[in-house]
Amino acid sequence: MSTLHLQSLNVQIAGKVLCKDLNAQIAENERWGLLGRNGAGKTTLLHSIMGLRAIDQGNILFDGQSISDIPQRELATKLGILFQQGIESMPATVFETVMLGRHPHIQSLLRDEPKDIEIASSALAAFDLDKLSNRSVDTLSGGELQRLALAMLVAQTPQVFLLDEPSNHLDIAFQVKLLSVLKEKIQEKSASLIMATHDINLAMRFCDNIILMLEGGECLVGERDEILTEKNLSQAYGCSISTAFNGERKLFYPEQNNSD
Amino acid sequence: MITNKQLLLLSALLILTLISTLFSLLSGSVDISLGQLLGGFSSEGELSTQVLREIRIPRTLAALVTGGLLALSGVIMQVLLRNPLADPYILGISGGAAVGALSAILLGASGIWLSNAAFAGALLSILLVFGIANKFGRWSVTRLLLTGVVVSAGWGAVINILLTTSSTNNVQSMLFWLMGDLSQSRVGIGHLLLLFTGLVGGLLASRPLNVLIRGELLASSLGVSVKPLRLILFLSASVFTATAVTVAGSVGFVGLVIPHMLRLLGARDHRILIPSSILLGGSFLVIADSLARTIVAPQQLPVGVVTAVIGVPAFILILRSTIRK
Repeated sequence: MSTLHLQSLNVQIAGKVLCKDLNAQIAENERWGLLGRNGAGKTTLLHSIMGLRAIDQGNILFDGQSISDIPQRELATKLGILFQQGIESMPATVFETVMLGRHPHIQSLLRDEPKDIEIASSALAAFDLDKLSNRSVDTLSGGELQRLALAMLVAQTPQVFLLDEPSNHLDIAFQVKLLSVLKEKIQEKSASLIMATHDINLAMRFCDNIILMLEGGECLVGERDEILTEKNLSQAYGCSISTAFNGERKLFYPEQNNSD
Repeated sequence: MITNKQLLLLSALLILTLISTLFSLLSGSVDISLGQLLGGFSSEGELSTQVLREIRIPRTLAALVTGGLLALSGVIMQVLLRNPLADPYILGISGGAAVGALSAILLGASGIWLSNAAFAGALLSILLVFGIANKFGRWSVTRLLLTGVVVSAGWGAVINILLTTSSTNNVQSMLFWLMGDLSQSRVGIGHLLLLFTGLVGGLLASRPLNVLIRGELLASSLGVSVKPLRLILFLSASVFTATAVTVAGSVGFVGLVIPHMLRLLGARDHRILIPSSILLGGSFLVIADSLARTIVAPQQLPVGVVTAVIGVPAFILILRSTIRK
């Protein structure tokens, strides 16, 4: 049983309070969406959870242990992050790159274990990149780079996936594919996921719980249907948001501004 | 994953190192045949034995070690600063060493005192750059790079003052030092040990280096302790560079271009790149030095000129052939 526990978390950046007294318990098999307008602090919060920046107050516990007490390398076997800017275009092959995801697990100094190679290969295959294995990363398109970054994270096999805008650069078919791969990986390992996204409807479809970051550092935390309401979303984004129904399916869309 | 092609490259470089060493030992004003070379150590008193023992072997060894250290330092600086233009001298180490060495020449020193002055200058420069970049507790790569470039420029000005105010005689030796010259160079067991430590340490760090070159944030998220690693990289590259310039002056080109050549040839993984760089850097400098002392014999050229003269076309050739693929 692995849980991530955010305890009365305060996060600030350059004097601006991004979230105050945030409490959330992310249990295994749960999928959480992280929503909020530009600059609300989604990325900063994800980086804090990953231990990449100090938090101002509160605790982040993984299985009851504060993440700052877990050695960095061990932490990287438990938590993994997809960065918003993806991976840099580099003169290195796709396979060399996806193998970096295995870094925290690798014991041998110079040798690559067959097990690691197999995990990396299957992560590539999950995002239809297996045929590009020997291609140089600097010949990939934006969408292919994003899929490679996702494959690298999957190869890392973390218990908690932290994803910053995972659908960036992906066409609609790969967005669907991404969600099904993530769903599968989470079930396989009883892992969990926190996904920062601008796509409210994606969060609505895929996540069971939501953290909605409001102006001033207040965060709404709870089950999807309880948090994703017209009222909350309109407040969070500072624009009027309405709902449409397609059968059972609920869709959010912005109201046309009257002055237009 | 290390491919067969990469292993083949590494083996080819091992052979190149052996061939270049032989080439260096056999070339010079005194003709020495392969047979004499192999029997050279048993035939006491002969001219060939004396030339080998006292001149060619020490000089070849010095070239091998200096080239290896410079290329290794270049690889490390390029990862540390994440800048393809980074070379061992970018942080001002060679500038500091040059000011030390030139001042020593000005004061009439030579031999061990010249080396000591160069090493002291290099050390001073390392402390200066790190002290300034580190002043406010945290140092970023950009800050380190900027400080290094500024300190280099400062040393450059001092070098120019020394050159313009010295007598013609001194200027000649100063220019040789600045361009890199192996004619007075000797290395001892300490140098060999340092290079060996660099090889082993580099191999131990090669996986973290593979991750770090992709960015500090990514490396942290994959479990690399970035801050201590950066510090170790900075200090080790500094020591390698300081040692190399103390032995041979500021030989250009090797530290910048050898790592790039090898990356173009497919050795991007540091498990391969580090040993390959040491081998190619070493043998490249050995070949350059052999040419420097034979092309216009009995005159000798500064080896730093030859490294550029053969290095530039070689690099362009490799660059062109890899782009065509």
